Amino acid sequence: MFQIRIHGRGGQGVVTAAEMLSVAAFLEGRYALAFPSFGSERMGAPVVAYCRLDDREIRLREPILAPDAVIIQDPTLLHQVDVFGGLLPRGYILINTSRTFGELGLAEFVRGFSPERLFTVPATEIAMKRIGRPVPNAALLGAFAAATELISLESVGKAVREKFPARIAEANILAAADAYHHVRREAQARQHAQAD
Amino acid sequence: MLKQIEGSRAVAEAVALCRPEVICAYPISPQTHIVEGLGEMVKTGELAPCEFINVESEFAAMSVAIGSSAAGARAYTATASQGLLFMAEAVFNAAGLGLPIVMTVANRAIGAPINIWNDHTDSMSQRDCGWIQLFAETNQEALDLHIQAFRLAEALSLPVMVCMDGFILTHAYERVDMPSQEQVDAFLPPFNPRQVLDPAKPVSMGAMVGPEAFMEVRYLEHTRQMRALELIPGWAEEFHQAFGRNSGGLTRNYRTEDAETIVVALGSVVGTIKDTVDAMREKGERIGVLGISCFRPWPAAAVREALKHAKRVVVVEKCLAVGVGGIVAANVRASFSGHPDVVYTVIAGLGGRSITRDSLARVFASAGHGTLAPLTFLDLDHGLVERALARERLTPHSGPVAEGLLRDVGVVAAKIR
Repeated sequence: MFQIRIHGRGGQGVVTAAEMLSVAAFLEGRYALAFPSFGSERMGAPVVAYCRLDDREIRLREPILAPDAVIIQDPTLLHQVDVFGGLLPRGYILINTSRTFGELGLAEFVRGFSPERLFTVPATEIAMKRIGRPVPNAALLGAFAAATELISLESVGKAVREKFPARIAEANILAAADAYHHVRREAQARQHAQAD
Repeated sequence: MLKQIEGSRAVAEAVALCRPEVICAYPISPQTHIVEGLGEMVKTGELAPCEFINVESEFAAMSVAIGSSAAGARAYTATASQGLLFMAEAVFNAAGLGLPIVMTVANRAIGAPINIWNDHTDSMSQRDCGWIQLFAETNQEALDLHIQAFRLAEALSLPVMVCMDGFILTHAYERVDMPSQEQVDAFLPPFNPRQVLDPAKPVSMGAMVGPEAFMEVRYLEHTRQMRALELIPGWAEEFHQAFGRNSGGLTRNYRTEDAETIVVALGSVVGTIKDTVDAMREKGERIGVLGISCFRPWPAAAVREALKHAKRVVVVEKCLAVGVGGIVAANVRASFSGHPDVVYTVIAGLGGRSITRDSLARVFASAGHGTLAPLTFLDLDHGLVERALARERLTPHSGPVAEGLLRDVGVVAAKIR
């Protein structure tokens, strides 16, 4: 089983992100369970959503306490919520920011994790460019697909189309593709740096 | 057809496949996406002929369902939490009149204090009102149970409540196999009511019955519920034949054959318990779980049979009978005399408290060691309780309990659990 925890704020499409991720995995023949951390929904409040992926039926309903990946849709949560709580040492971290881990003050913290699994992506900037609204969820799913290679960008696109009307879906798909290529470039740059 | 959809949406589609003729609902919280989805289907004409009636309260929702059902229509509604309490009088009436209404209860806690999260207090409060109560473990089972519920309700002239965990199931996206209209039509014949209000042939329904026959009315209601115990397994089997999967029935055993410890539970937590059982089995523990699919009528014989070789039983339940303890546990105890030796009650998940494998494994293990208290509150914050009690000892004016506890807890946004 692969477990993903998504942190963000009300209005950023956190719950929708988990749902779309589950649909993308389902389209690739996997079992997937997405559910929100339930609360009184309000704009700006911290929100958590969860997604489990597996090759067999998922029965577990507890919140994800030891994620294989965390997606942080809003970096201002870093100092408010224990977003990395329980993250496995080989876990993925994906943060929506135009800054680096060092600039976020996380250089020390991430030392224990696998550097090739740590990514930042300016998903809000991408969303503003492609969609015209600061909704970074689809972009982050594109970035997640590139970072983990667990789902394809194509499946993310199909999931986005299931969730949104055509025009909004297409803009989100472009955002997902941008973020996907951003992460791919970063991963390739790291590989080259290692090879040198 | 396989789909990855929200639980509420899955139930809405399944209810639509059952061709309801009247859907009445109060659309304000507490409500689910189920009636929202059905409302859209009626509006677009996807679900026709069907009348969607937006009523002014839950009491009105059940009252309209009663009227529609009495007039011979297949009637459906959904509610949760305080909404179910508000319709309580009409809920009893539906049962007393023997009207085959199907209602989804998206299980949630009851205030005060205000709490929108999941537990089973709402439907448990109506456990003795004469409705059949079925509990779903997964969204697949939730949608399947609705198809079975209409059949069951109409065959027995009894209302059926399908209970599914609010949020945990209703808001979860998971894989479901949605049957075709042809499959559902073949399983669920058109409604052929036993009693109909018809202006051409006027009858009274629900008139006053005095001491001369009231007991007999209740006796027949009870007899019909007992009859359901005989019929439900057969229908679940027929459903299995027609749809190719196990859903519903009275109880479900998981790894109980040689189990010394058997856990009893209802609803979606059975899934988490199964994973816990698997992990404990790997360590050599002989443990299994008995899921109760049909809570009313209570399947005493099936429970007795499933538990007969257990050394101990741990009942995990999401409702507290204040001043008593467990409701399901009391039913379990009443199912046999003298054996098994020990029935533990574990109250868990009240007001949406997460139920984790770690915590479950801990209480199951302590049951095995004989150290578990007869009544345990899973993950109760004893420190928090002590502080509240200390405050009360200190001054007679210690203020509202809930608000005092919240001040002690502080900010909760930082917590994942």
